[in-house]
Amino acid sequence: MTDSKYFTTTKKGEIFELKAELNSDKKEKKKEAVKKVIASMTVGKDVSALFPDVVNCMQTDNLELKKLVYLYLMNYAKSQPDMAIMAVNTFVKDCEDPNPLIRALAVRTMGCIRVDKITEYLCEPLRKCLKDEDPYVRKTAAVCVAKLHDINAQLVEDQGFLDTLKDLISDSNPMVVANAVAALSEIAESHPSSNLLDLNPQSINKLLTALNECTEWGQIFILDCLASYTPKDDREAQSICERVTPRLSHANSAVVLSAVKVLMKFMEMLSKDLDYYGTLLKKLAPPLVTLLSAEPELQYVALRNINLIVQKRPEILKHEMKVFFVKYNDPIYVKLEKLDIMIRLASQANIAQVLAELKEYATEVDVDFVRKAVRAIGRCAIKVEQSAERCVSTLLDLIQTKVNYVVQEAIVVIKDIFRKYPNKYESVIATLCENLDSLDEPEARAAMIWIVGEYAERIDNADELLESFLEGFHDESTQVQLQLLTAIVKLFLKKPTETQELVQQVLSLATQDSDNPDLRDRGYIYWRLLSTDPVAAKEVVLAEKPLISEETDLIEPTLLDELICYIGTLASVYHKPPSAFVEGGRGVVHKSLPPRTASSESTESPETAPAGAPPGEQLDVVPTQGDLLGDLLNLDLGPPVSGPPLATSTVQMGAVDLLGGGLDSLIGAPNFVAPPAAAVPANLGAPMGSGLSDLFDLTSGVGTLSGSYVAPKAVWLPAMKAKGLEISGTFTRQAGSISMDLQLTNKALQVMTDFAIQFNRNSFGLAPAAPLQVHAPLSPTQTVEISLPLRTAGSVMKTEPLNNLQVAVKNNIDVFYFSTLYPLHILFVEDGKMDRQMFLATWKDIPNENEAQFQIRDCPLNAEAVSSRLQSSNIFTVARRNVEGQDMLYQSLKLTNGIWVLAELRIQPGNPSFMLSLKCRAPEVSQHVYQAYETILKN
Amino acid sequence: MIGGLFIYNHKGEVLISRVYRDDIGRNAVDAFRVNVIHARQQVRSPVTNIARTSFFHVKRSNIWLAAVTKQNVNAAMVFEFLYKMCDVMAAYFGKISEENIKNNFVLIYELLDEILDFGYPQNSETGALKTFITQQGIKSQTKEEQSQITSQVTGQIGWRREGIKYRRNELFLDVLESVNLLMSPQGQVLSAHVSGRVVMKSYLSGMPECKFGMNDKIVIEKQGKGTADETSKSGKQSIAIDDCTFHQCVRLSKFDSERSISFIPPDGEFELMRYRTTKDIILPFRVIPLVREVGRTKLEVKVVIKSNFKPSLLAQKIEVRIPTPLNTSGVQVICMKGKAKYKASENAIVWKIKRMAGMKESQISAEIELLPTKDKKKWARPPISMNFEVPFAPSGLKVRYLKVFEPKLNYSDHDVIKWVRYIGRSGIYETRC
Repeated sequence: MTDSKYFTTTKKGEIFELKAELNSDKKEKKKEAVKKVIASMTVGKDVSALFPDVVNCMQTDNLELKKLVYLYLMNYAKSQPDMAIMAVNTFVKDCEDPNPLIRALAVRTMGCIRVDKITEYLCEPLRKCLKDEDPYVRKTAAVCVAKLHDINAQLVEDQGFLDTLKDLISDSNPMVVANAVAALSEIAESHPSSNLLDLNPQSINKLLTALNECTEWGQIFILDCLASYTPKDDREAQSICERVTPRLSHANSAVVLSAVKVLMKFMEMLSKDLDYYGTLLKKLAPPLVTLLSAEPELQYVALRNINLIVQKRPEILKHEMKVFFVKYNDPIYVKLEKLDIMIRLASQANIAQVLAELKEYATEVDVDFVRKAVRAIGRCAIKVEQSAERCVSTLLDLIQTKVNYVVQEAIVVIKDIFRKYPNKYESVIATLCENLDSLDEPEARAAMIWIVGEYAERIDNADELLESFLEGFHDESTQVQLQLLTAIVKLFLKKPTETQELVQQVLSLATQDSDNPDLRDRGYIYWRLLSTDPVAAKEVVLAEKPLISEETDLIEPTLLDELICYIGTLASVYHKPPSAFVEGGRGVVHKSLPPRTASSESTESPETAPAGAPPGEQLDVVPTQGDLLGDLLNLDLGPPVSGPPLATSTVQMGAVDLLGGGLDSLIGAPNFVAPPAAAVPANLGAPMGSGLSDLFDLTSGVGTLSGSYVAPKAVWLPAMKAKGLEISGTFTRQAGSISMDLQLTNKALQVMTDFAIQFNRNSFGLAPAAPLQVHAPLSPTQTVEISLPLRTAGSVMKTEPLNNLQVAVKNNIDVFYFSTLYPLHILFVEDGKMDRQMFLATWKDIPNENEAQFQIRDCPLNAEAVSSRLQSSNIFTVARRNVEGQDMLYQSLKLTNGIWVLAELRIQPGNPSFMLSLKCRAPEVSQHVYQAYETILKN
Repeated sequence: MIGGLFIYNHKGEVLISRVYRDDIGRNAVDAFRVNVIHARQQVRSPVTNIARTSFFHVKRSNIWLAAVTKQNVNAAMVFEFLYKMCDVMAAYFGKISEENIKNNFVLIYELLDEILDFGYPQNSETGALKTFITQQGIKSQTKEEQSQITSQVTGQIGWRREGIKYRRNELFLDVLESVNLLMSPQGQVLSAHVSGRVVMKSYLSGMPECKFGMNDKIVIEKQGKGTADETSKSGKQSIAIDDCTFHQCVRLSKFDSERSISFIPPDGEFELMRYRTTKDIILPFRVIPLVREVGRTKLEVKVVIKSNFKPSLLAQKIEVRIPTPLNTSGVQVICMKGKAKYKASENAIVWKIKRMAGMKESQISAEIELLPTKDKKKWARPPISMNFEVPFAPSGLKVRYLKVFEPKLNYSDHDVIKWVRYIGRSGIYETRC
């Protein structure tokens, strides 16, 4: 008799029959019935109606039956909380069972039942199980604490389970240690500020000992935890590395990758002159290569990680090119990733082999792969100058195949080659022009148009070619339209006599008949330039272009550093920080590599940029190929990338130089009369993502903006939790008054009215200074923006954390509650500047134990910029000194409740890490003041 | 951590669904079916993100296993776990098929409850699991038995139980290698490597301490420092191992410091180590292709294979696969040895030879008739691939010793009967043409 029959019962009245069977006296029949119930549950049928009957079967000495009933309970307890109580008794009894397997089973299952009343009863048994004599029960109980924390964090803290869990790190059994580490790491993620894991050299030593003894999974938990530790100096880092390296020989790839993560992170702290550094580099390559003989899915994970490692430390795998050669029957996702890494590793030494391979790939079947291979040939040409000639001839061969997508890709890359090596390969233009008709993809069309415009003087019929595109101007994509506009203007500047008509045609098409603001604006700028000063126009439009960099698709350095800290995890597979794909606050703590802190020698500035690409050059990168796989994953919002904005924005070819130059004069000339559509204000809202937004950023950075830094609005209350009302907001302080800028969105289907707001008592007495005024009813899908003025005279109660604000919002539907953290700098008052004498006296007066030190990392500003930026947020520089090449800023600020905070900020030129010492009579605010510094300086 | 685990059949019907975390809802089951199993195009990635939920999947025959999460989990761990899950299921009920899964669904739920707790993988060694997940229920175990189980599941030696007894202590070592080659049409080695495995079957009593030795260059050279003549004797006998990984029973820290391989083995069969070599590989066969296009409708192919090992040894199960274009209409083959057939369904000529001794040569020639096509795209000319099995290790690896110590029981290393076998197989052994 087989169990598969349970999947086939689909008759009517089934539930009724099952009920009868469940209540049968015969044990066997009962068990059969429960099996049927579980089978129905699996395929998605609702069998919750059988709840009481199934729970009745729970009291049994048949373990198999018991487990089935537990499985049912875990699924349906939430829907029937009152009935679930019936099970509590059995659970509590089972927790006392002499058999450790049953005790563990009970506590494991109880933790999975998310019903408040059950959790209450869980506490006592759990406490006992955490101290059980049997390690199997303890390791199960350790995980159960994490479960309970997920249901009710407060309860776990109140009951003191966290301390018991911490004690388990010193348990004699390695598996208990591993599970305790896993549980603590998870809990710590939701309390980023708390020092829950409390890693110190002693506890690290314990973990390293357990590492040798526990299961493969336990080793992963421990290694992942180790990776979040920052050793105090290079010696400690080295000794941990030494004890982690044996893991590189583990059969489990995840153990290997987690070990690689620890090593990559701690290597950052080691001096490059150290012998050990070289040894470590050599040890890393073989295990990474071995990962490529794993199953394809793991290969994929490994390759995505190797892609990061190669960018961070190219020296590790520079001799291993061959292992990345594509095998004929690799799955497509492995092929594409290998290709990516091949391009990164290509160098003069191996270019011949690589090219031979790429040529081979370009004849394969898979379209995406072939395209990428063709692009790769172009990348090689740009990267390795010696190979450029061979690459170009290979590309021409490929164009001769006349395979449509191959031709288009080839043209796109040849455009880049032209830019990299001007006046060298233009002889092939004629061949390219032959293929004009077959181009149907925007990118290829745009590339071809760029080539025609750029080399208009060498192409006799350039005007005819461009004119042919003009006929269907409005059907083209924006990319092509913009390129066409620029190309024709170039042509006009080169051959003004015969193309006047053409240029007028395109300008009017762009400015009068287009709805696209980008296109319109560019049209107006050209028009204005051409009509006022043709010489200037020539200088701007035909200016020498910046060289393009050798590397493309490089991950922006700070993001790369963050991703290195996430080796092995999903973030490293997506190449996105966890905040881009993880909901809520869980696991979105920003991680960064440790700075190098040598124990003996002088401190060197940590390396952030990968070799050969200092951040400045980033600006010149032409972002060509979109990562094909990346696009697949782009279902989410793009990651909030910090750093030079140009490097990540999609710069159109030629847009930077043109608009950059064009707008400078535009802003510089106040009496300039804007063309009809008023270009300037329109730009502010236009999603240009190019030179324009940067220009405006610059002006605001100089200090025209009064008032302190304002964080972007964050969602405070998701629509799901508030019956369709979504609230996002931020806090501002402008000209001495604080306000809460709210954005209310109605995502429900009914109209919302009667809004009101109230705050709970809080640390600084924040309260609304006026009622919440929503003038009209909020209809579905509508959004309103409201600025709610706040005062600080409300009643005061210390909150935890200090800057927590609990808010209640009412509307005609219900009352909703949420809490948010306000940045402390909104409380910094305008008269917070202390005079020098006073500062000195106060500094001395405040006891030293009130002093708190913080490090502000990765802040590229110099002392002046820091000072002026802080000042706009009411942090005042009282004095400035230069001590041994370091800039010391002495600063003061005052909070709305009259508390003074004094600060000493130490800035070393060239080192992006600042030291901040804070002194205050109420030391609990220091942490938050530090955070305010962070936000102000980093945004 | 893993939020849920689903198993589907080829149609996308759920066979097993176990949710571990509250953030995973029932709709996740459907999201995967709709977006991956029923997706129109080929799967482009084993990791899929659908509405902020990440799905990891592997396929075994036509069964899909999917792990789901909303967190930033350790991706490598999730895949390792899915493979392990397959191994465990296979160890319990054989092949992973829809039939077997449905027949054992209660067992699978029980296993899933044990090896994954709140999404954290727990001990998943079948040796240990089989002591207490039996589908028989716990039958009045004594207190000692129970604590033995729990200490094994959580203990340092989770892969072996105490009190194993054999009348005859015996062990088998298999050195299994797969040799991979990619050769250019001109005979230039583009890439070659051997990936090998040492598989051990142990039937030993008690808790035996084992030490395994092979002709690892680093070890030989270390020892050779004392006795210079021995190195010269062993000469080129030692091999350079690029990298190796070990079963979790091997003490890695000892290997790291002394390069000695010591362990207490699991009972029965397991994979002791995996290794990879790239230097001085003996390539058992050389393939020399010659393809000539005679006009637009005819191809002439000639392939010579040469065996390159001791004449006293015999290679077996030799198969050469010569791809043919899609528009092939007819093929005529002549071969000196073995049998050759054109298989239209596989678009290839398959040439099989049962046995072939070392230092021999054989040849096949074929005429391929083509249908004229309008297709502009050229035939991609996939490489000629080869399969074979040889009774030696292409890497040159030799087992030097495997010593067994069991101080508590009265049998010594000499009493253990040991068997060693070498098998070299073709991995991806391709020659471009």
